[in-house]
Amino acid sequence: MRDMTLDMPTPDCAIAPALLACEGLSFEAGGKRLIDNFTLAIHPGRRTLIMGPNGAGKSVLLRLMHGLITPTGGHVLWQGRPLDRAARHAQAMVFQRPVMLRRSVLANLKFALTVRGITGAARARQATEALDLARLGDMARRPARVLSGGEQQRLALARALVCQPRLLFLDEPTSSLDPASTRAIEDLINAAHARGVSIVMVTHDLGQARRMGDDVLFLQNGTLAEAGPLQDVLAAPKTAATRAWLEGRLYTAL
Amino acid sequence: MFSLTDILGEAFGLILTWDRNLSEIVMLSLRVTLSAVVISCLIGLPLGAVVGAFRFPGRGLVTVLLNTLMGLPPVVVGLVVYLMLSASGPLGVLQLLYTPGAMIIAQTILVTPIVAALTKQVVEDLHGEYAEQFASLGVGAFDRITALLWDARYSLLTVALAGFGRAVAEVGAVLIVGGNINHVTRVMTTTIALETSKGNLELALALGLLLLSIAVIVNAAVMALRASAVRAAYA
Repeated sequence: MRDMTLDMPTPDCAIAPALLACEGLSFEAGGKRLIDNFTLAIHPGRRTLIMGPNGAGKSVLLRLMHGLITPTGGHVLWQGRPLDRAARHAQAMVFQRPVMLRRSVLANLKFALTVRGITGAARARQATEALDLARLGDMARRPARVLSGGEQQRLALARALVCQPRLLFLDEPTSSLDPASTRAIEDLINAAHARGVSIVMVTHDLGQARRMGDDVLFLQNGTLAEAGPLQDVLAAPKTAATRAWLEGRLYTAL
Repeated sequence: MFSLTDILGEAFGLILTWDRNLSEIVMLSLRVTLSAVVISCLIGLPLGAVVGAFRFPGRGLVTVLLNTLMGLPPVVVGLVVYLMLSASGPLGVLQLLYTPGAMIIAQTILVTPIVAALTKQVVEDLHGEYAEQFASLGVGAFDRITALLWDARYSLLTVALAGFGRAVAEVGAVLIVGGNINHVTRVMTTTIALETSKGNLELALALGLLLLSIAVIVNAAVMALRASAVRAAYA
């Protein structure tokens, strides 16, 4: 069992308390330990990438941090306190396959705002602004499900951002998109980050990691194989698994 | 001996001239059936949605109960409602026996489990798709149910249609609690049974044709609505 602590030493976060922390976080399902004793911290203003091969536990970790599944060991803290409704409302998540409600593009955004208690003119204004930001303004009345994959993912991102989260989780948001759509998604993420939104993103794309990452968590078979500032990990990977990944080699042993 | 052609001709004649007796029976049938379906939907849709969307102790039992009640024998429902509404029954004071109100109650009891059980299935499937997104957005229980019912609205039209089909074709329960009283509780199905036994086949056949026509029209309307919804990717 490995217990690695991630506390990214950057000028920004040296004084800032952790936005989200995992302490001894574990998760088991079907008799298998999918997340094994993770202790780490996500600091405000950082873009943290979660990388690793398929089945390493990346999406499970994301769901644990967002509170979508309950850990079987350890806990997740939001600003030093257990995850609660207020913490959930300060977070948002975009899934690998966007879930579109069977409504119009605009109605999808309005639903998210209604859930947050925003109604009337404020809701209409914020929804329209979010659509314009995502360059979906001319599609407001169209059924969300007829949009292309890239447009649906932009809408999912707009729906997440319209809730004004402090921390945004992204689960491989560009995994099935072409370069232009990927660029549009990355632009939206970067714009949100520039507005102060912290990012935690799962990605397999090393190029995207270089463009988008400040810090990285590298997972291997449910363990935290490596963690730290992205440039340090890229320059000098400490584990064989990370090294193999970065070199594009197949790696199966732990 | 009767001539089928003659009877068919007379039956069409009754329909085309919109015979007063015929129209009264048809309108009462529609009033009773539609009232029962509306009440069943008001109860069955939220009930089915709650069972479909949430996990709670006893959920399996509720599901088994709903599925079992879908096959309730109408005459048994008629008998139970009769006992409840009869002068010596617990609800006798309401004096509803042999009124359209009693028929609506009986049909509601028959249709509600159908609406609830089918709604549960529709909502459960949709919730499987939405669950993580709802959890991520922090959607509360009430918003969750209303959103699921709204987004499944076109599928739920088919559910309501199934309830309508059950109610409009029902004979046993409405016969027992309604009494098939002329100009009071005589509906299409009970009239068909009565007039056939009396040998008055023209009226029975005319009502049978109308019953079939109503079923076809309602089905076609719901299918058309669903088709347009599918084209718009809302269903």
